Amino acid sequence: MADPFLKVQDLKIHFPTDDGLVRSVDGLTFSLERGKTLGIVGESGSGKSVTSLGILGLHNKRNAQVSGEIWLDNQELVNASPEDVRKLRGQKMAMIFQDPLSAMHPFYTVGHQIIEAYRVHHNVSKKVARKHAIEMLNRVGIPQPDRRVDDYPHQFSGGMRQRAMIAMALSCDPELLIADEPTTALDVTVQAQILDLMHDLQQEFNSALIIITHDLGVVAELADDILVMYGGKAIEQGPAQTIFEAPEHPYTWGLLGSMPRMDRPVADRLMPIPGSPPSLINLPSGCAFHPRCAYEPQTGGLGTTMVPELTEAGGGHRVRCHLPSTERRRIWAEEIKPKLEAGQ
Amino acid sequence: MVIGPGTTVSDQAPAAPDPAEGPVPGKAIEGRSLGRIAWTRLKRDKGALGGAVVIILLVLMALFAPLIVKLTGSTPNEFHQDLLDETFVPKGTFGGMSLDHPMGLEPQNGRDLFAGIVYGARISLLVAFLATLLSVVLGTVLGVMAGYFGGWVDTVISRAMDVFLAFPVLVFALALAGVIPNEAFGLSGLSLRLVLLIFIIGFFNWGYIARIIRGQTLSLREREFVDAARGMGARGPYILWKELLPNLVAPILIYATLLIPTNIIFEASLSFLGVGVARQLEGEPGVTWGGMLSTAVDYYTLPHFMFWPGMAIFITVLAFNLFGDGLRDALDPKTR
Repeated sequence: MADPFLKVQDLKIHFPTDDGLVRSVDGLTFSLERGKTLGIVGESGSGKSVTSLGILGLHNKRNAQVSGEIWLDNQELVNASPEDVRKLRGQKMAMIFQDPLSAMHPFYTVGHQIIEAYRVHHNVSKKVARKHAIEMLNRVGIPQPDRRVDDYPHQFSGGMRQRAMIAMALSCDPELLIADEPTTALDVTVQAQILDLMHDLQQEFNSALIIITHDLGVVAELADDILVMYGGKAIEQGPAQTIFEAPEHPYTWGLLGSMPRMDRPVADRLMPIPGSPPSLINLPSGCAFHPRCAYEPQTGGLGTTMVPELTEAGGGHRVRCHLPSTERRRIWAEEIKPKLEAGQ
Repeated sequence: MVIGPGTTVSDQAPAAPDPAEGPVPGKAIEGRSLGRIAWTRLKRDKGALGGAVVIILLVLMALFAPLIVKLTGSTPNEFHQDLLDETFVPKGTFGGMSLDHPMGLEPQNGRDLFAGIVYGARISLLVAFLATLLSVVLGTVLGVMAGYFGGWVDTVISRAMDVFLAFPVLVFALALAGVIPNEAFGLSGLSLRLVLLIFIIGFFNWGYIARIIRGQTLSLREREFVDAARGMGARGPYILWKELLPNLVAPILIYATLLIPTNIIFEASLSFLGVGVARQLEGEPGVTWGGMLSTAVDYYTLPHFMFWPGMAIFITVLAFNLFGDGLRDALDPKTR
């Protein structure tokens, strides 16, 4: 079998600071095929965005220590020269940023920015690039693209800006598209439109898509695979269906419990996960989630002393937890699932 | 500095074009560029506008000095000793003011003050403009480099900045004046002194602007649009020129307009202390407002002699400061 299109192997991104080493990403492994979507889910500060910037090679070598391997289409990126990686950016991989207003240059028209991005990688005249930009804006559903192409970013609405951002990212037909919280700055109706658009375009271009979000609802529709991150590590990863229907990690249960759902009875109140995300400098000993975990006592002290391994739970589903798999399944089936479905 | 959010831009409502017909030409919603927004605001600021008018008049006066002095018929190098009395004080009231000599005459040698003021603008503005240009170019290049590259480049440039900011420029200029030969670098006399003056004023002032630009660059470098540009595969030079520099234009412009009056005063001070440009007897007169003030100190009983060059410096500096303040307000979206 051929290697997957994107393969990330034991990726570590550490930032040395005066307060200590920040382990933003600590041994992340995943792979992604063309035409597939991976959702990376986690709370703020769990290392999601750092991962995406790491794949693009946007970390400053001076203050970030990146190790591990990133294989994109059989090309290694972590140890490649910056110039080689630069050539890939935009062309082979592109990124959609969270806040399109701050990610677009305020002094240039939207069209100009798409044209420039296109011309970095294609040796074409301005006229051809402009036509391409208008076409891209049309493709992402900007009305009257031949006129709006000369507008400045601040003249676009939030949803239009995000569309323009997507047009820019897609202008060079990248095979890997990373969307870092693409809908966080948008309201719900626009969110749905943007997600639909990204899905359609992904099908059209057959690109690999990574969606980074803290909102499980966003990835529920789109993702083929889901990776749940906590404290810089993957704690549960696997096919989206498995993650939603038979999650095995207490943290994922917590995420599901704190997500409002329309297809289930309305809960009186959502069940938040107690506590707050751990500091990436001083991770709790043992399992990083243990201070917030209701099932920690059942591990017999292992939770506080040993870091659990990411272990296979069948069908590509991997979980990082000390509880035995049978016990996890029992808790999910007998305790958590009925509660969620009853809206309690 | 970001000129952006739609608040400053009043889109005229389009005259509801029939969708079938497409956009009506000439009625399109038009975005206003930074320059146009700033210009609209500047036009509303009477002080800045007045300053701009005075600056333009001063520049014209400096450029056409030889033509302007023809109006009164005396050049700055002409001696009118016949108009002085036996104590070498100008005859008549107010220092010999008359139609031929609207600002009166210098005591002692009877040179026309009006011509002196007109020609003085040349050196004041030339030195101030070129010295400012030198400071701004040096400061911008070094400031952007320090901010963008960081690391040891930043350390070296920042320490150099500290050295230059701590340098006693005035003392240095005074000391240098004593050792300037009559000829050096293939230049001599007036032009040599001018070049040295510009160099001293410009070269020792870049630290201030470099600091401002470095700080701005540091914060701009981390902005998301820079990441986005890099994410699309932009090269380093592109980011420096196209992403960072446009955002630095406003602080550079503002600082430049505020540096010019400082440099005018500095030049006047140096000339006052006698280490600036020296008076020439023929050709370009080399007359400066600071130099005129310096001579005037010996004739403190004749206040008009001190009044005119003082006024000239005062008005010029005021005009530049008013314009600079107005420009800052116009370019800064937060002050409206």
